[in-house]
Amino acid sequence: MADPMKIRANLVGDSTEVKVLMSHEMDTGLVKDKDGKIIPAWWIQTVKVTHNDKVVLTAQWGTAVSKNPFMSFKFKGGAKGDKVTITWVDNHNDSRTDTALIA
Amino acid sequence: MPSIHSLRLIVGVAAIAAATLAGSAFAQTTLENASAKYRQDLADGNPADLWVARGQEMWKEPRGPRKVSFESCDLGLGPGVVKGAYAQLPRWFADAGRVMDLETRLVWCMVNQQGYTHADATKQTFGNGSRHRSDLEALTAYVAKQSDGVKMNVSLADPHVREMYDVGKKAFFYRAGTHDFACATCHAADDLRIRLQYLPNLTEPAGAQKAYTTWPAYRVAQGETRTFQWRLHDCFRQQRFPDLIYGSDLSIALTTYLAASANGAVYAGPGIKL
Repeated sequence: MADPMKIRANLVGDSTEVKVLMSHEMDTGLVKDKDGKIIPAWWIQTVKVTHNDKVVLTAQWGTAVSKNPFMSFKFKGGAKGDKVTITWVDNHNDSRTDTALIA
Repeated sequence: MPSIHSLRLIVGVAAIAAATLAGSAFAQTTLENASAKYRQDLADGNPADLWVARGQEMWKEPRGPRKVSFESCDLGLGPGVVKGAYAQLPRWFADAGRVMDLETRLVWCMVNQQGYTHADATKQTFGNGSRHRSDLEALTAYVAKQSDGVKMNVSLADPHVREMYDVGKKAFFYRAGTHDFACATCHAADDLRIRLQYLPNLTEPAGAQKAYTTWPAYRVAQGETRTFQWRLHDCFRQQRFPDLIYGSDLSIALTTYLAASANGAVYAGPGIKL
């Protein structure tokens, strides 16, 4: 099972700034292991962020995104104590969902 | 009296020398600014935090054949106390009869309290991707993080620690191996580098402090959080020395020398290295 994400959501003025760190191998499919065999591509395909059940961000990712990705973004609105929920799904159909409260 | 021609030549050489000096100074500041900016951008999202989070979970859970958690592990400030523990290590542990750094102490607790064999405890000292993760790297990152903001204070009052410091200092300057290298070959002068990475001058307090207080660190190029044992192990590899054994007296001696050289600085890890 995938490791938890680290999410921070802070109210800055009238918008919410979210910083999230995900734990993922993000193999490109172009690297060989020490036996010379290709390490198959394994990457996060979609990311979805909701604020109190309303979708505020969706993203489709490719293999060019780094290992253990860090993503930062802002959306308008939000209040202290609101829920920000982030879900990623990778090409193994493995997924991880974590929630943080806006501080 | 030099002719005008040779004077012009001397002036020319001086101009080239000045230009080269200015060029390298420029290259260094540009490089360091770029690295500093990169670190700053990632400061809020240092992936080492993922290791810290994993280590924190492991610290509390019952582990090993005896189902004992690390909360009974004494890092020098009492059983289970992690706040500020990293900043005062290595130190002498009477129960083990050895001077130990954090990682050696964690292995000792795993073997003597949790009931692991030494081979099991040190099976994966350095991680390699999510399929071969290192518990020791995560635990070390977690404990080190609890010293963030604490002043380095490695006491040399105990004669055992003093001896380790002296041996470590000697080892630092000891030249050996196929390439006649010592740690000091790369780390006893300012502004030396390997490829684009500037190397700290560890014989100066400022250099030792900056270097020691930022390990463990997330190595961007490897996508792994590395510890000080890893740093020393890899320096030995780069010097074409035999493998440095994890938790060996030599590794602890060098750690003691460098940790004590960083005394007085505020610990600021886990860091981030390119």
